[in-house]
Amino acid sequence: MASHVSFEDISLTVGDRQILRDISFSVEEGESITIIGPSGSGKSTILKLASSLVSPTGGIIFFHGKPIESYAPTEYRQRVAYCFQQPYLFGQTVRGNLAFPFTMRGRSVDTKRIKELFDLFHMDLDLLEKSNTELSGGEMQRICLIRSLLFAPEVLLLDEVTSALDTENTEWVEQGLMQLHKEGLTLLQVTHNPEQSVRMGQRRMTVKDGLITDCEVLHGEL
Amino acid sequence: MGSFNALSNESLLMATVLIAMAVIVSYQQKMRLELEILHSALRAVVQLVVVGYVLHFIFGADHPLFTGGVLLVMLISAAINGGKRGEGITHASWIAGVSIGIGAVITLAILLGANVLSFTPYQMIPVGGMVMSGAMVAVGLCFRQITTSFKSRQQEIQIKLALGATPMQACKAILRAALIFSLQPTIDSAKTLGIVSLPGMMTGLILAGMSPMEAIKYQIIVIFMSFSTISIAIAIAGYLSCRQFFNAKEQLILSDS
Repeated sequence: MASHVSFEDISLTVGDRQILRDISFSVEEGESITIIGPSGSGKSTILKLASSLVSPTGGIIFFHGKPIESYAPTEYRQRVAYCFQQPYLFGQTVRGNLAFPFTMRGRSVDTKRIKELFDLFHMDLDLLEKSNTELSGGEMQRICLIRSLLFAPEVLLLDEVTSALDTENTEWVEQGLMQLHKEGLTLLQVTHNPEQSVRMGQRRMTVKDGLITDCEVLHGEL
Repeated sequence: MGSFNALSNESLLMATVLIAMAVIVSYQQKMRLELEILHSALRAVVQLVVVGYVLHFIFGADHPLFTGGVLLVMLISAAINGGKRGEGITHASWIAGVSIGIGAVITLAILLGANVLSFTPYQMIPVGGMVMSGAMVAVGLCFRQITTSFKSRQQEIQIKLALGATPMQACKAILRAALIFSLQPTIDSAKTLGIVSLPGMMTGLILAGMSPMEAIKYQIIVIFMSFSTISIAIAIAGYLSCRQFFNAKEQLILSDS
């Protein structure tokens, strides 16, 4: 397997606070890595850097062996999607949120593709016509995931996306993600839940004080 | 048609009673604005007297360079004042100057080309002042709306960037809302013209003895040129100021980082 995303001696300092200290790791193509660690240890920062929403103050991040700066930011972010911890729907309606990735590319909305993902995440297509305020937290988070997945990114970065969900919603999200992973989606996800990190990760990294303190191989395959 | 009575200095002095009334209200209501009212009134008088002498000289000289010079001073002043509303926007005064300048130049060029105006100080200076001051207020509103929205809607912008949107796609909704917000007062004031208020230029022309029908023609031009200048200025200012919130890597520059 070739490296999909790799960090080489990455550090990030904001003001006089060093958030990450010379960390290096690789995510292989089609792999699923989970990241655990205490709050404020730098876990989410790793994802922000991998999404190119923030740049490191030291080191280089590679995508398919090339520095991410060599890709146009829009192209890179369309291939490496990032789903935030807090589900957030913009505008007024679910349809508006799911139409955005299409209109942004100058394409018409592909309802067939939306339905595929709705089925995958146990969602009723009627929700498409609802306003954002009518959705539960679990539904919002799944809509956010679907919004990131409409154009089949190669890598999905997940920042504690199930932290606020109940058991049933968490199960649906995990099932949908694992199905996509089986189809080749590379996953890099931060989780606060040690059991989930084992269930979903082939490898698990532990981050403490801006350093990777442990990297365990959990499963060859999921 | 009654003719306009020239004001004597004595009459003007009598009118200071009006300021005294404002001071009395402030004193009675314990607003503690008495000194500020007096200061602002005195400052207005001094500024207007100075401007009166300068304009008297420039109108007398009737030289395009002087006329252009006054317009430039007006533009710089509008840029500095408009820029003050753009706290948090890098190069706000430059953006205000460029946008107000382009808006005013296009509008004035159309009016000159259509022979509505001629390049004389009597016409260019008051008309130029009107279009630039209107654009300055609108650009200021646009700046404030954009800075507020970029603070309150950071998450939305980050999400859109993460979806692979360009910076302008990510802040398109913010920009559109800011443009509507800053053009709305012009639309509202146009709707109520002549009903709620008689506009300044029309009032001035009627006071100076022009027939209301003639004054209305000028006022219609003023409304149209306000729409034109303000629309151009806020579109440019909005676009340029939104760009300031992103770096070359198309990342949002966080206001609290």
